[in-house]
Amino acid sequence: MVDAQKVHKSFGVNEVLKGIDFQVAPGQVVCLLGPSGSGKSTFLRCINHLEKINAGRLFVDGELVGYRQQGDKLHELSEKDVAKKRTEIGMVFQHFNLFPHMTAMGNIIEAPTQVKNEPKAEVRQRAVELLAKVGLADKANAYPRQLSGGQQQRVAIARALAMRPKLMLFDEPTSALDPELVGDVLAVMKDLARSGMTMIVVTHEIGFAREVADTVVFMDGGVVVEQGSPSDVISNPRHERTKTFLAQVL
Amino acid sequence: MISESDTVAGRPDTIRAVPVRHPGRWIAVAIIAVLAAMLVHMLLTNPNLEWATVRKYLFSQIILRGVWMTIKLTVLSMAIGIALGIVAAVMRLSENPIVRGAAWLYVWFFRGTPLLVQILFWFSISSLFKSLAFGIPFGPHFAGEDTNHLISLFSSALLALSLNEGAYMSEIVRAGILSVDEGQTEAAHALGMTKLRTMRRIVLPQAMRVIVPPTGNETNSMLKSTSLVSTIGIFDLLRSAQAIYNANYKTIPLLVVVVIWYLAMTSVLQIGQFYLERHYGRGSSRTVALTPLQKAKLLFSGMQHHGGGLG
Repeated sequence: MVDAQKVHKSFGVNEVLKGIDFQVAPGQVVCLLGPSGSGKSTFLRCINHLEKINAGRLFVDGELVGYRQQGDKLHELSEKDVAKKRTEIGMVFQHFNLFPHMTAMGNIIEAPTQVKNEPKAEVRQRAVELLAKVGLADKANAYPRQLSGGQQQRVAIARALAMRPKLMLFDEPTSALDPELVGDVLAVMKDLARSGMTMIVVTHEIGFAREVADTVVFMDGGVVVEQGSPSDVISNPRHERTKTFLAQVL
Repeated sequence: MISESDTVAGRPDTIRAVPVRHPGRWIAVAIIAVLAAMLVHMLLTNPNLEWATVRKYLFSQIILRGVWMTIKLTVLSMAIGIALGIVAAVMRLSENPIVRGAAWLYVWFFRGTPLLVQILFWFSISSLFKSLAFGIPFGPHFAGEDTNHLISLFSSALLALSLNEGAYMSEIVRAGILSVDEGQTEAAHALGMTKLRTMRRIVLPQAMRVIVPPTGNETNSMLKSTSLVSTIGIFDLLRSAQAIYNANYKTIPLLVVVVIWYLAMTSVLQIGQFYLERHYGRGSSRTVALTPLQKAKLLFSGMQHHGGGLG
């Protein structure tokens, strides 16, 4: 589903990703762990081309992200094509980024009706089901400000799912939440993982990674330090940096 | 005063303190009252105001036509000005330096010269260009027309007002767009929205909360700036009144008519702005702004509770 080959990314002179190699198979749940500044969020944002990579290749579902290859030349994709590819990738942000001028329902139906031109009645029906699934059936008409952080994040997940994505990206989805609200969001994500969704999750929730992830990837300083099953990486880390990090967060 | 009984009863007595006196406030009230009385007295007794004449002309045909012209100029030039402002604001936020530069130059020119000068300039445009024509730049022309035919008195006024307004509006719109969190754009892009759709559906509606109040200000200002077009002979409210008092020398009563109309129009605008702000404020706070009726109720009950009087 996702195939990264020696991905590099710099902001000015600051190289944030220094050659990331990384594969995700369909249906897999991958958790990205690592100290802040290790490049995990940046890498996640490269996957749906919110950031442009500077070197290497990045494929989603067998297709290059942001470019088209003809012979040995790369052509930048038009804005429209980039947007079209993004409809297949859902993203959930640390700060939710719900549209504050729309109700929960409005947030969910916006992209399917506006971008994919799906019939409104059908999307509404789907939105009702999604809201029920994330445990917010009674909040369809609430504005984001009227919801708690945990509720907002669950609406944000429903919003991303309404596009029927093949892949879901989570960028520290529980980092901005009060501790007692984290559980509800993680429960929704666990359900989603069990339903067979391909997920890449940047998180500090080691417990979640241990329980749900098929693969855990530990990043530090812009490189993948180690990756493997949760029992390998979390319970028996081989690298010193992984051990130090886990000792700090556990 | 705390009585001794509270140690026994558990709940202390409600405090009944002597309120602080504000003699300064009473003096201010007295001065304002005297001035207000003088004003009312003058309005009622000064024979030079000629209220009968005011009444006679307030709804006269020529004044009403002037009012209509003022409204027409205000509405049209604001509409065009806002559209131009949005285009110029988006251009100034473009990644292309030439596009950005062009918008900057536009704002620089039209904010940098007095509106009256711009009005006179457009009025005299035919002295600069005898005719206007479609054609290849620096090459042959296809169809042309005499400038005086093409740009009427009304459209030269409209051009001047709306081009000037567009420059101011672009700054207001730009501030509004910049006020919207970048996360909103990112979320919209992640959902597959193009830049244009993101701007239209996500960014601008939120920017409106910041854009509406200064735009209300601009509209109010525009309503009055339209009186400048009286200098090029357009019969707006002011010019119409001038035409009457030039004939009958009743200057003050007719200026009073003008004042009444401007005040009436700006008041209507203010009410409209309130409801527009209320509309775009939805979702931005847990409670929506109160209507005047709700506010009056709250103020009334608030005065009872907090003693908002003079003391």
